[in-house]
Amino acid sequence: MVARSVSRFLHGRQGFYLALLLAPPLLWLGTVYLASLFALLAQSFYAIDEFTARVVPELTLKTYRQLVGHPANVDIVLRTVLMAVAVTLASAVIAFPVANYMARHAGPRMKALFYVGVMLPMWTSYLVKVYAWRLLLAKEGIISWALTGLGLQGPLDRLLAVPVVGGPSLASSYIGMFIVFVYMWLPFMILPLAAALERVPQSLLQASADLGARPGQTFRTVVLPLALPGLAAGSIFTFSLTLGDYIIPSVVGAPGYFIGMMVYQQQGTAGNMPLAAAFSIVPIVLIAIYLALARRMGAFDAL
Amino acid sequence: MTDQRKRDASPAIELREASRAFGPVVALDRISLTISPGEFFALLGPSGSGKTTCLRLIAGFDHPDSGQVLLDGVDVTDIPPFERNVNTVFQDYALFPHMNVADNVAYGLRVRGVAAAERRKRALEMLDLVQLESFADRRSTQLSGGQKQRVALARALINQPKVLLLDEPLGALDLKLREEMQTELKSLQQRLGITFVFVTHDQGEALSMANRVAVFNAGRIEQLDTPRALYTRPKTAFVAGFVGSANVVESDLAERLTGRRQAFAIRPELIRIVTNGAPPADHVVTEGVLENILYHGASSRCHVRTGDGAVLAVAQAESGDAAALPAPGTRVRISWPRASAVPLE
Amino acid sequence: MRSKRHWGGASLGLKLAAAAGLVFLHLPVWVIVLYAFTTEDRTYAFPPPGLTLHWFEAAFARDDIWEAMRLSLMVASIATLAALILGTLAAFALARSNFRAKESITLLFVLPIALPGIITGLALLAGIRSVGLTPGFWTIVAGHATFCLVIVHNNVIARLRRIPPSWVEASMDLGADGWQTFRYVLLPQIATALLAGGMLAFALSFDEIIVTLFTAGHERTLPIWFYNELFRPRERPITNVVAVIVILVTLGPILLAYYLTRPDEHSSGN
Repeated sequence: MVARSVSRFLHGRQGFYLALLLAPPLLWLGTVYLASLFALLAQSFYAIDEFTARVVPELTLKTYRQLVGHPANVDIVLRTVLMAVAVTLASAVIAFPVANYMARHAGPRMKALFYVGVMLPMWTSYLVKVYAWRLLLAKEGIISWALTGLGLQGPLDRLLAVPVVGGPSLASSYIGMFIVFVYMWLPFMILPLAAALERVPQSLLQASADLGARPGQTFRTVVLPLALPGLAAGSIFTFSLTLGDYIIPSVVGAPGYFIGMMVYQQQGTAGNMPLAAAFSIVPIVLIAIYLALARRMGAFDAL
Repeated sequence: MTDQRKRDASPAIELREASRAFGPVVALDRISLTISPGEFFALLGPSGSGKTTCLRLIAGFDHPDSGQVLLDGVDVTDIPPFERNVNTVFQDYALFPHMNVADNVAYGLRVRGVAAAERRKRALEMLDLVQLESFADRRSTQLSGGQKQRVALARALINQPKVLLLDEPLGALDLKLREEMQTELKSLQQRLGITFVFVTHDQGEALSMANRVAVFNAGRIEQLDTPRALYTRPKTAFVAGFVGSANVVESDLAERLTGRRQAFAIRPELIRIVTNGAPPADHVVTEGVLENILYHGASSRCHVRTGDGAVLAVAQAESGDAAALPAPGTRVRISWPRASAVPLE
Repeated sequence: MRSKRHWGGASLGLKLAAAAGLVFLHLPVWVIVLYAFTTEDRTYAFPPPGLTLHWFEAAFARDDIWEAMRLSLMVASIATLAALILGTLAAFALARSNFRAKESITLLFVLPIALPGIITGLALLAGIRSVGLTPGFWTIVAGHATFCLVIVHNNVIARLRRIPPSWVEASMDLGADGWQTFRYVLLPQIATALLAGGMLAFALSFDEIIVTLFTAGHERTLPIWFYNELFRPRERPITNVVAVIVILVTLGPILLAYYLTRPDEHSSGN
C-alpha cells in the first residue's frame, strides 16, 4: 500500500525520483573521491617549509618550480615517459600477430580459446604476476638458468652490459623492467586491437583482392589503417598504466627513479606531500594530452 | 444514478487539445478526439506523425505538455498507467522472458494480489480465448511471432479493461498471418464488446478493421472519418494520397479541366482510357502519353503524362482481354465522371 | 590469383607468433603455481626436484597469513556490500535518463577506474589527512568501495540498458506500481549482473594493492603482506602458496562473473 502511494507520488516527478536515486552514490563519490582529488590538487600548490619540514598551507608555485627546475626531477619524468612509449611500441608489435590471428584467422573454437587465454592472465592478481617475474628474472632465476642451459649465457651478459638499460641482472635493469611492463599490459593491447580487427568486414578484403592487390598490399592499405583505432585504444592503457605505476619499478629495476616511485617516496618517508602531489599531477596532464591525441585517432570508438 | 448515466453517455476516450513536444520536435499539436465505447478505432499515419505518441498519452506512458486526457469522462491526465483501466499490446509484445506463458498472462492478476490457483485458472481461460491453451507452460522465448502476439493479447485482456490499445500489432507478421489476425482481432473485439484503439501505418489495415479512422500528419489529425468516407471523400491532398493512392490534380491542370485553381483528387480506378467513341457528356476529358504499364494481376496500373507535365495513374481492371490496353508511348485520351473528382482543401 | 592466405587460412609464421604470444602471457604464472609445490626452498632448479604439499601446511600454520587474509576478506565483503547498493542506485538513475548534468556525472563515475591508481591512492591520503583522520581499516574500505561501486555500476547499467523500456511500461500497464515492477520484472533480469558485479568487486578489492598501500596505515591486507614478502628472499615457497591462494580467490569469482554476463536465452535476446 505504501509502495503504491510512493509510486503514485513519484510518477510524473521524474526529477525528484532521479535525485533520490543519485543522492547516495553521488554524495559518496563527491565527498570521498572528488573532494580528495581537490585536496590533492590543493596540496600541489602548497609547499613544504625546509626548516620545520611541515606543509605550509599557503598557495604558491614553489613546489611546481621545484618540480620543473630541478634537473633530477625532469630526468624522472623523462625516464618514465620514455619507458611508457617504449612499452607501448613493444606491446603493439607483440600484440599484433596475436590479435590478428584471433580476430581474422582463428576458427570459432580457437578464437574462444584465445580470448579466454588472453583474459585469464589479465584477471590474475597483479602482485602475483610481478612476483612471478621477479623470480623469473633474478640472477639465480629460471630465465638465467634456462639461457645458461641453452648456452646463451654470453649474449645475456653482453645484453646486461649495455649502458643505461643494462644492469647486474635482469631483475635490476631497465631491460627487465621493460619486459615486465610489456607482459603486464599486453592483454590490454591485444583485446581492443582484436576487437578492431574483427570489425574489418570480409567484403573489404575481398574487394581489395578483386581489384588486384596482393595479400601484403591488402594488409598494409586496408587492414592496418582500420586497425589503427584499436591500436590507439590499447595504447591508452599501456601508456597510462606504465606512467602511473610505482610497484614494478621498485620491485624490478634499476636504481633510477620513476614518477610513481617518487610520489610514493615523497609522501612517505620524505614527508613532502606537496611535492608528491605535484609529481602526481604530471601523469594526469600527460594522460589528458594522450587521450586527446588518441581520440583523434579514433580510439574512443574502439573502446 | 446521474453519474452512471453521465458515464454511459460520455466517450470511452477523449483527448482535449493535447500537445506534446520533444525538444524542438512537435509530436502532437493540440489534438482533440473522442472515441465511443465499443468502437474499433484506428490511429493512422506515417512514422513520426504522432499516432504512437497519442496512444501513449491514452495509456499513461507519457504526459501531455498541455491539454487533457479523459477516460470514461474522468480526467486521467495525471494518473499513472497502473491506475488506468486501459491495457496495451506492445509492438515488440514485451513478454517477460523469465516467466512462462501462463505466468505472463496472469501477471496482471498477480500484481493485484489474486491467489495462484485462481490466477492460473483465469490465465488458461484467456489463453483459450486466443487458442493457445496448450502453450501455457512454454517459455515465452520459444514462441513464434504470431503466438507471442496472442499471448500479449491474452495478457492485456485478463484485467478486463474497458479499452484495449494496440501499437502496430500486425507489423512484424507476414502477409498471410496478418490477414488472419485482422479477422481474429475484429471478431474478438465484437465478442468482447470493448473499445479497441490501434495504431498503424498501413492504410489497408485501418480501412478493413476500423469503424473510424483518425489520419495523423505531422502532429495534427487531418481527417477523422469512417473508412469509406476517408477513401471516397478525402479532405486534403495528404489524406487522398495516403489512404489508397489517389491522383492529386493541382494548379494549371486543375484550372484547365475545371475552370478553377482548386486542387482535386481522382482515384485511379475511376479514370478510363477512352478506346472507342466519345466519353459521356458528364465526363472530364484530357489526353496524354501512356508512359508505362505495371501489371498487378487483378488490374494494371498505367501512367499517363499530360501536356502540363502531370502524371496521372490509371487503374484498369484486367478483364482477361490483354489487348485492351494500348502500347506504351501511344497518345491516349482519358476521362472520368466530373462528380467523382473530390475537391481538396 | 586468389591465394588461400587472403581469408581464412593463416600462415605458419602468424600461427607461431600468436601461439608464442599466448605462451608468453601464461608461462610466468604457471611457473609460480608449480613452485608452490616444490620440495626445494632455495634455488629454482628446473624441473623442481620434487612435489609436495608441505608448504601449504606451513602457510596455513602461519598466524600472520591468516590475519592478513581475514582482514582482506572483511574489507572485500564490506566494500562489495557498499558498492552493490551505491552502484545499483546509480545504475538505475543513469540507465535511461536524460538531464543536463548527465555527462559530467557519467565522467565522475568513470574517473575512479580511469585515473591511475597512484593518483587515487594519493588523493585519498590527502583527503584523509586534510580532515584529520588517520589511515586504518575504514579508510581501506572507503577506498575500495569507491572503485568497487564503479564496477557494480558498469555491470548493472549494461544489463539495464539491454532491457527494452516496453517491459517496464507493460508491467505498469498491467497494474504493477514501481516497486512491483522492480521486484517482478527488473530484479530477475539484473540478478546475474548484480552477482557478476559483486564478484568482480570482491575480487578487485581482495587483490588491491596500489591504492591500499596509501590508505592502509598499519593494517596489513593479504596483498600488503605479499608486497612485503617480495623483498624478502626467505621462505619463497610459502609466498608461492599465498600467491596460489590469491589467484584462486580472485580468479574464481572473475571467471564466474564472466560466464554470468554473457547473454543467455533468459535475457532480452528475443
